Amino acid sequence: MTGILLYLVFFLIVTLIYSIVVMGLNLQWGYTGLFNAGVVAFYAIGAYGTAVLMGPDRSTLIGGFGLPFPIALIGGMAAAGLGALIVGLAALRLRDDYLAIATFGIAISVQLVALNFEGLTGGAQGLIGLPRPLFSMFDSPNGFNLFYLGFVACMAALVYLALQTALGSPWGRLLKAVREDETAAASLGKNPAMVRLQAFVLGCTLMGLAGGLYVGFIGFVSPLDFLPILTFQIWAMLIVGGSGNTKGAFVGAFAVWGLWSVSGMAVSKLLPVQFQSQGGAIQTMLIGLLIVLTLLFRPRGLIGESETISRHAN
Amino acid sequence: MLFQVLADGILTGSIIALGAIGLTLTMSVLRFPNFAHAELITFGAYIALAVLGLTGAFMGPLAPLSFGLPLILATVVAMAATAVLALLIDRLVYRKLRARSKKMTVVFGSFGVSLLVRMSILLVFGGAATYYSTALQRAIRVGGLFRVMPDQVFTLGLTIIIVVGLHLFLKFTRLGLAMRAYAENPQLVGIYGYDSERVLRWTWIIGAALAALAGVLYGLTVQIRPEIGFHLLLPLFAAAIMGGVGNVHGAVLGGLIVGLAESLSIYLIPPGYKMAVPFLLLLLILYLRPTGLFGSAKGAVR
Repeated sequence: MTGILLYLVFFLIVTLIYSIVVMGLNLQWGYTGLFNAGVVAFYAIGAYGTAVLMGPDRSTLIGGFGLPFPIALIGGMAAAGLGALIVGLAALRLRDDYLAIATFGIAISVQLVALNFEGLTGGAQGLIGLPRPLFSMFDSPNGFNLFYLGFVACMAALVYLALQTALGSPWGRLLKAVREDETAAASLGKNPAMVRLQAFVLGCTLMGLAGGLYVGFIGFVSPLDFLPILTFQIWAMLIVGGSGNTKGAFVGAFAVWGLWSVSGMAVSKLLPVQFQSQGGAIQTMLIGLLIVLTLLFRPRGLIGESETISRHAN
Repeated sequence: MLFQVLADGILTGSIIALGAIGLTLTMSVLRFPNFAHAELITFGAYIALAVLGLTGAFMGPLAPLSFGLPLILATVVAMAATAVLALLIDRLVYRKLRARSKKMTVVFGSFGVSLLVRMSILLVFGGAATYYSTALQRAIRVGGLFRVMPDQVFTLGLTIIIVVGLHLFLKFTRLGLAMRAYAENPQLVGIYGYDSERVLRWTWIIGAALAALAGVLYGLTVQIRPEIGFHLLLPLFAAAIMGGVGNVHGAVLGGLIVGLAESLSIYLIPPGYKMAVPFLLLLLILYLRPTGLFGSAKGAVR
């Protein structure tokens, strides 16, 4: 029984961290119509940035600043935002599809840097033995996990409330206006390129935050945690939950991560050893199928975007 | 050494060019970047492998090439099968998503399709690298400067023939003209009484057939793996955008530049970062000349 409870705590922490990524993506795709094909890159930049800033000093590595976790976390977010700025400035004033291609490119490049730049990222082994925030205050790892669940829940709630406030503000309506009719927004004196850049960078910064939170939880980073499949999983979470609706981020993250975990367990328990890799392929196909089928048959997801109607209408 | 690097770059570039032609064509006529184009490349390579396995013996290669008539036959079958797959995907998925108000929805779908196709290939054929032929090929020395495989020369020659052929097709046939017109203004093609569906269908067929061909040639000169398309995708996009979307000659030039840059990058950066070279080129082109090297201003800017 306790085994299940402990797993549930672990599961919820990861789900909440992913829900923050989904909220970032929702700001980009759901509200502004921006296509980010490199979600995992910004998540990874946040994670590695946080790890490098808070890691202990090591002779073989660049970094090792030993900064406190909150400051390292902010540094990781800033790094992710900077990455977004470089890509966004290049692609956002151009055709919509160029952002998709450029973000796809940064995802591949970040993965290469994580694997090859051993002096900074530790290469294939990653960075291990990172300090976890307040870990020494707890008698057991389980106590820490419970504390971290509360912490991540607060962070997710904070991001949710901040986004709800921002999206309900005139700025939020501006995002939708740019998405729906760019020419009309521009003719009202708004700068669509600027609005898109803001939403894109802010969304990627949230992904960076989630990456940093993940590092604080597990205490190491390795390239294996940032595989391309993560981008697809996050998208599946977004569209299953329903894009254009911040609450959907939680529902989608829970549903898709649940499906992924359960199917993973089924693969490892039911399939013989020699078929394990095929099992992984089937899991990935499930994600692909989920994306395509949801788009085709339930484009609004489980919770769709609520219609925006002026108070003065009717 | 330098000549060898240049020669390798041009030969890799010619495969990138072949893939990029199909991509640039579908991207301009169908108006979305098809991320599943990569999987058409992989699919083509594997179908050719399967056909080759079915037809059995190699029937003796056409010296000095490493392959003979069976592979040529298998390639034709693979091109046809890949075209059918592309049309099927379009019918089942893209057609519905194209009608959505958010026009990038179809790009979303293309990523989903890409996962499904790649994982199906992985399930059927396994993940290990394979080859059309394990026979060793004797390299030709060119003037003591560099060495090339006869297959590589064949690939380059075939690329040139296809580019010329496609150029003539787009310039002088009614269907080719209609495709170019559709890329410019879809409604107008309909107004002139030309069947738009036919234009779309043939764009898929040509794009997919070229993708399959690129897959077979890649398999012939490098190796066949389920990820070959995925790994080629970024170079293809870089080449297509560099050449200006919809510009066939541009895509070829872009492909050669990307191939050469990847090859020459060994002088500047560790080989582990080679796959990031197309991304850097892409950023450079987006910052400096987003319409492509000789594209018109219309294509790229919103």
